[in-house]
Amino acid sequence: MAKIKLSEKKIEELKDVCKSFNNDKAELINVLHKAQGLFGYLPAELQEVIARELNISVAHVYGVVTFYSFFTMLPKGEYPISICLGTACYVRGAEKVLEEFKRVLKIQVGETTPDGKFSLSCLRCVGACGLAPVVLVGEKVYGRVSPEGVKDIIAEYSN
Amino acid sequence: MEMVKLTIDGKPVEVEKDTTILKAARIIGIDIPTLCYFQLKDLDIENRPGGCRICVVEVSGRRNLAPACCTNVTQGMVVNTHSIRVLNARRTVLELILSDHPAECLTCAKSGNCELQTMAQQLGVREIPFQGEQSKYRKDTSPAIIRDVDKCIMCRRCEMMCNDVQTVGALSAVNRGFMAVVATAFEMNLEKSPCTYCGQCVSVCPTGALTEVDHSRNVINALADPAKTVVVQTAPAVRAALGEEFGLAPGALVTGKMVAALRRLGFNYVFDTDFAADLTIMEEGSELLDRLTRYLKGDKEVKLPILTSCCPGWVNFFEHNFPDLMDVPSTAKSPQQMFGPIAKEYFGKKLGIDRKNMIVVSIMPCLAKKYECQRDEFKVNGDPDVNFSLSTRELAHLIKLANIDFNSLPDEDFDNPLGASTGAAVIFGNTGGVIEAACRTAYELYTGKKLEKVEFNELRGLENIRHATLDFNGLPINIGIAHGLGNARKLLEDVQAGKSQFHAIEIMACPGGCIGGGGQPFHHGDSDVIKKRAAALYREDDGKPIRKSHENPFIIELYKEFLGKPLSEKSHHLLHTHYFDKSAGTFVEE
Repeated sequence: MAKIKLSEKKIEELKDVCKSFNNDKAELINVLHKAQGLFGYLPAELQEVIARELNISVAHVYGVVTFYSFFTMLPKGEYPISICLGTACYVRGAEKVLEEFKRVLKIQVGETTPDGKFSLSCLRCVGACGLAPVVLVGEKVYGRVSPEGVKDIIAEYSN
Repeated sequence: MEMVKLTIDGKPVEVEKDTTILKAARIIGIDIPTLCYFQLKDLDIENRPGGCRICVVEVSGRRNLAPACCTNVTQGMVVNTHSIRVLNARRTVLELILSDHPAECLTCAKSGNCELQTMAQQLGVREIPFQGEQSKYRKDTSPAIIRDVDKCIMCRRCEMMCNDVQTVGALSAVNRGFMAVVATAFEMNLEKSPCTYCGQCVSVCPTGALTEVDHSRNVINALADPAKTVVVQTAPAVRAALGEEFGLAPGALVTGKMVAALRRLGFNYVFDTDFAADLTIMEEGSELLDRLTRYLKGDKEVKLPILTSCCPGWVNFFEHNFPDLMDVPSTAKSPQQMFGPIAKEYFGKKLGIDRKNMIVVSIMPCLAKKYECQRDEFKVNGDPDVNFSLSTRELAHLIKLANIDFNSLPDEDFDNPLGASTGAAVIFGNTGGVIEAACRTAYELYTGKKLEKVEFNELRGLENIRHATLDFNGLPINIGIAHGLGNARKLLEDVQAGKSQFHAIEIMACPGGCIGGGGQPFHHGDSDVIKKRAAALYREDDGKPIRKSHENPFIIELYKEFLGKPLSEKSHHLLHTHYFDKSAGTFVEE
């Protein structure tokens, strides 16, 4: 086994996840879903453990992880920021809001700030079109966000 | 079986229910062009992702065109395989594929053997009207295989071979949409993956995305260097396939012409890996008898079954996947690697040639041999026992490059002493051949009786996994045979679980054995080609005056003069090896 970066305890948790799906290779997507919920992301080593437990190739696990945009191999920030780019939000200026987040945080979509605090992603419609444009920080929803309001949102979480 | 009647291009045809349009058309001689579709009929190998859409046909009453490879026939169906609508759609599909393919045909290693190129010719593509983004990936060069995935068209044949047939799992489709590509886990180098270098991905790739590492330039340089004595050895499967590269029918035996060509290329000594195959039988056969005798005496330490170890793809496979069974395979080196030290330490020394001044080249049907000869344990102070390994295809290129008119060459004989071989060695190239050769010798050595009939027909054939019980003078010997690594895995799992009833198991990584190796001329999915090569090797065996390894006079001489006896200290030093655990997860960055 290559150098272990995950703690033994975390690996045991991961193995328990696999076990809860009977180590069934057909349950790979569910296992990955659970694992990402547990770890926040799916680093290479974690994929190796899953491949071993489900008795499938690492290449196959990696293939599935890279196919679905939901899965990520990059750690998310402590406060993941998602900007809705659904039609309603888009026509009401979501792109300008996104640009402002990128400018202030100095990161691109899919990246995390070096201090691990914020990460940036886009999503399609959260079902709150009346509040467009919508921004999510973790589970919290911000409505009618303007580029000018971006700094205030970030300030709420920077201390 | 329910039968279905339909019409294809105006011709009536009746086929079994659940037949595809593609197969129904082929029955009546209508060849619908395909690209991603791939089949090796008698080996249960099929790739049918329905991804490329080259095989579309028009079905009366159906709104859209139907992909023939994955549309089943229906009662009364009327199919047109080349209406103007079909031809236009097919060409557009191809133009779209070509719009993301580098136009490097002039310099591409696959040129002339490329199915994409052939398709472009066949469909009359003269320009690529679609301009857009092109995929750009880094080229990945391993010790045996080059991945140039800019040329990948996502037919996924390699993925099918690597996963479904070989169960190696080095390759998978990754990412999606335009970014989709076949890659290793985390897009690391192939060298870091569990790849065995069996080369089956290369043998089915329709384009130049997967090719072998070409060592012909190194060989040309060695041949041009007057200070070097260049010795060549040729594997058995090469003589049954090389002719195909020169327009001869599959199954043509070109042993004599091959020897003549190698001599004209300037090799100082043209020897035969078959000699080393006879030597392998002496060592491996003796090991089998040794383990068997100890086992019968009740020795609990002894490991049975014994597994053959001639195939470097197979060796890589168990080093990666079954490290707990590393003491089960024979310790005998492969014939290629037995030949090296015998050439350099015995033949060379006899002639007073220092091993540094001798270059040993092997001609192999195999790509894993390229990796095998680079393994550290097969070097003496950095000097490899076998310097370069060329594939059958590379040898054909060399012959063409040297302007040798292959087909008009006379038949010539191998040089002695390392060119003399028996029929037992020739059949090493076929699945079942190594174990048959071993049984011919083991039987006579064990029973002390002469074998009435040297052929063991029960060990021959193309079934994925075969088994037979041979009668060694009242002692039943159970033999297992697997070709293709997925089949090998099944036998290995039985051994692991302590369920195996076999005394000896032969394993070859490639479907059909070495004759279907990753370095052979491309069969383009025609399994008859593989069958004809197999028949050719059995024919060569049949015509040999000596057909048992232990009766090879030069082998007897070698033991008398140099090695002593099989499994002697000298034999162990030169002809046996050990294995390494490669199971550790190699992908995680340190």
